[in-house]
Amino acid sequence: MAVTRRGALFGLGSAAAAALGASCTRDDAARARDVDAAFAFSPEVVGHRIRDGARVEPSPDAWRDLGVVIVGAGVAGLSAARALSAADFHDFVVLELESAIGGTARGGRTDVSPHPWGAHYTNLPRAENVDYVAFLRAHGAVEGLDAAGEPIAAEGAICRDPDERSYTAGKWFEGLLPVAVMNAAAAADLAKLEAQVARWAAFRDARGRRAFALPRALGSDADEVRALDTQTFAAWLDAAGITAPPVRWLCDYACRDDFGARPDAVSAWAGLHYFTSRHRETGDGSAPVLTWPEGNGRMVDWLAADAHPEILTGLAVADVQPLEAGGVEVRALDVATGAARGFRAKQVLLAVPQVFAGRLLRSFRDAPPAHLAEFVYGPWLVANLELHTRPGARGYPLSWDNVPYGSDALGYICATHQAGNDWGPTVLTWYEALADADAKAARKALLSWDAAACRDRVFADLRSAHPDLVRRTTRVTFARHGHAMVRPRPGFVFGAAREAAAQPFRGVHFAHTDLSGLALFEEAFWHGRRAAAEILVAQGRTG
Amino acid sequence: MDRVPLLFLNVLVVATCGLVYELLAGTLASYVLGDSVTQFSLIIGLYLSAMGVGAWLSGKIERNLAMRFLDVELGVAIIGGLSAPILLLSFARLSWFPVVLYGLVFVIGTLVGLELPILMRICQDRLSFKDLVSRILTFDYLGALVGSLLFPLVFVPKLGLLKTSVFFGLCNAAVALWGTWLLADVLGAGVRLLRARALFVIALLGFAFTQVDLIEGLAEDDLFPDPVVLSKTTPYQRVVFTQSKRGFNLYLNGNLQFSSGDEYRYHEALVHPAFAAAPAPPRHVLVLGGGDGLAVREILKQPGVETVDLVDLDPAMPALARGFRPLVELNGDAFADPRVTAHEADAFIWVDTAPAGRFDAAIIDFPDPNNFALGKLYTRLFYQKLRRILAPGAAVTIQCTSPLYARLSYWSIIRTIEAAGFRVHPYHATVPSFGIWGYALARTVPFDPPQRLTVTGLRFLNDRELASMFTFPADMAAPGADAVEINRLDNQWLVRTYETEWRRWQ
Repeated sequence: MAVTRRGALFGLGSAAAAALGASCTRDDAARARDVDAAFAFSPEVVGHRIRDGARVEPSPDAWRDLGVVIVGAGVAGLSAARALSAADFHDFVVLELESAIGGTARGGRTDVSPHPWGAHYTNLPRAENVDYVAFLRAHGAVEGLDAAGEPIAAEGAICRDPDERSYTAGKWFEGLLPVAVMNAAAAADLAKLEAQVARWAAFRDARGRRAFALPRALGSDADEVRALDTQTFAAWLDAAGITAPPVRWLCDYACRDDFGARPDAVSAWAGLHYFTSRHRETGDGSAPVLTWPEGNGRMVDWLAADAHPEILTGLAVADVQPLEAGGVEVRALDVATGAARGFRAKQVLLAVPQVFAGRLLRSFRDAPPAHLAEFVYGPWLVANLELHTRPGARGYPLSWDNVPYGSDALGYICATHQAGNDWGPTVLTWYEALADADAKAARKALLSWDAAACRDRVFADLRSAHPDLVRRTTRVTFARHGHAMVRPRPGFVFGAAREAAAQPFRGVHFAHTDLSGLALFEEAFWHGRRAAAEILVAQGRTG
Repeated sequence: MDRVPLLFLNVLVVATCGLVYELLAGTLASYVLGDSVTQFSLIIGLYLSAMGVGAWLSGKIERNLAMRFLDVELGVAIIGGLSAPILLLSFARLSWFPVVLYGLVFVIGTLVGLELPILMRICQDRLSFKDLVSRILTFDYLGALVGSLLFPLVFVPKLGLLKTSVFFGLCNAAVALWGTWLLADVLGAGVRLLRARALFVIALLGFAFTQVDLIEGLAEDDLFPDPVVLSKTTPYQRVVFTQSKRGFNLYLNGNLQFSSGDEYRYHEALVHPAFAAAPAPPRHVLVLGGGDGLAVREILKQPGVETVDLVDLDPAMPALARGFRPLVELNGDAFADPRVTAHEADAFIWVDTAPAGRFDAAIIDFPDPNNFALGKLYTRLFYQKLRRILAPGAAVTIQCTSPLYARLSYWSIIRTIEAAGFRVHPYHATVPSFGIWGYALARTVPFDPPQRLTVTGLRFLNDRELASMFTFPADMAAPGADAVEINRLDNQWLVRTYETEWRRWQ
């Protein structure tokens, strides 16, 4: 990159400012240490206790007989519960390890504002995602259909303008594209990427299916599309001649944001999925973002409200055992009391990542099926920073999504933005996908950090964009999602492992977003409904 | 080689710069403090006397004359060059601004006063006293002429005050750097370090030159045509009252909110049409914005009003409306009326908390939509929220910026209110301080523009004027349907359009 005069002068000025500010830095470090930091919840503690062989044997009177047990009150489990209730089937419970429902889509709340603890938006679906559109419409996020039958989002649910800004070279700019470092070569590469996205958005296979549809099951499996799954996104970008650093950063950001991995670890299919599945032929080219102050926690609450299921939280399932005579036994540990509880059901739905299915299902523990090793998950660190006042900033004003260019983290969401709350205290939700190629090592590192180490990580990431952040922050709380996102590595999305993992096994059914090879609300929602339909058939009901 | 003629060129530049700093300080002082005669007199006097101090101090310097001369020149470059940015920024932020102003003028004057005596001593061995005095003073006065001509004719119009200031600082510093070669024979050791200092000053000023727009942006809101009588920075905005012969003015973030001389026109036009259009005398009235209490004053003239709820983001405004004497007099101590309740909240959030169907009339008086936080108060979603808390048949008036200066913005607001399910009659009034100003009268049911006021004795509005406000001349009439968009929370079309439209008039 050519060094511009302005850039050089700015650098000089920054150096001078840094020298002047050196005396303040020590103060800042001390101040940072005073900021209260804590983990909001640590489900891995009991999870690991069970993994490491804690014995869970319910007494004979601690057993309960049911039609169905759903393990996991994340989006897939609640979507299944909702579908069962809608079919007037109510003989089921949902068991959840954590104290609140929602899994990686759960929301939280401080005195100031609700805020996300994980996934925080969805895109306005196309009409073809019929059930999802109906769900959003029932809850007012979709207010009607346009002349073409496509959904119209409610004004209050669409992400409020200003929606995105990025921080480059000392200043905030509108949009995620790092405009301050875009030169002619980068603009040309961006045009190449946009042309490819437009091409793939227009693609229809012989059966009229899109290359990238949501849910994924509606998308094409034509050879041209499958070919994208045989190479990494990085290799595909190289081959397409898209090499300019700002554009590659945007692609890197996209992959970490949606897949928890870098472009050299996910397939070209996945990389293009990020850009193309959101593409719209009309309007400004991308589907409206729907969001709420508590992120997708709002939709989690809607699922639960629709299903009104019996949800038992704080219950760690330790063992799932299909019986010779039919039926399945579920043994669980009450996290609060340490008491063991048992459930006997005709069917069990494991609405958990496959890595946990492998640990819970006794047969899988004893003889792990080959497909389990194909599921690789990236870990996430999520921080909620409680601020008594909003950070100052040069350039574009505080937006919903705020991303420092070049950061290894993903920036932060302003939780009060969507509520129209523009003054005084706020909550910023900061995200980092630990995108190292070795997911296990990344997870181990994440779990080894204490809250203070996590706090230092957040402040270090945002220091240059917001030098005043530390003194405005009163408290930081963290969530660590060890298995936050399944990674769509090359060959995974069109490979055999996903399909094998979705097959029912002796009364045990499976539903989770990872069965699509992507971590998306839409996919979890779809798998929950698919599994519920399977269960209803198995229960002798025509779903 | 005889470098003396080149040193005279040096004198010319030094003199030009010196005069420019003096003019800058005088201009800025009269911009921000008003009363230009006093300010210019004070600043010229102080500057000249400080030069005297500098001349006297020059006698205390015995050795290293050349080195001292160049150091002084670098000092002038950095302080003089940054003087305008420093003054502008400190005016906005410091209550002891005059101390900064006169202190800075004194320091620059002293340094400039040091320059020529030292330079004369440097040259004294090379020229006869007669020639020295005549030439140095010639170039000194010539420089003053150059400065006094360039400043108003070229630099202020082309570069603006801040860039002019930094530009002359750079000239000063460049001359100092040049001087390290001119005077190399008398500088001796330390010339390298001196050059490094000069380069550092040039880099610093060069950096400042690139950042001037930012400083200007930070400070432009703080320039007022009249003397400031009260200035208060709250977490939400900067509140400034200025006093002129015609009365006093309120500015929020540098934007004029009212002028006491003609605000009655604005507020009568804002309030009374809602009452004239309401099916029955409104009993419960909502005011959004309008923390100055002037709209409330008009509302309280209406018979039958039982409660007035006023929602203002900034508690400082109602506090001033209760405690700042000129304003209390102007609003008739409206907040002392027991029917009036002030709520401190962002109206966007507050409207969700108010009881449904509560208000018979609503008066909406937000500042113009010049940022996203204000823009949300002009969105379809906001008007939909508002509808929920209105009684059936309620009448609403909304200030909608100028249909003349910001025609697309004005009609975008009108269309947006309609899109939220209101019937709207646009209208306008002339308020000399603002120009032509636009409003909307809205109800959720079809209705005709009102013909008859429900009160008499107003200063501006009578029945005839009321009826005439609803007709629009061609240059303010509704543009084509495609020209404006509905302002939504997710596009904030209005904020982006408003900015473009008003920029054309500035």
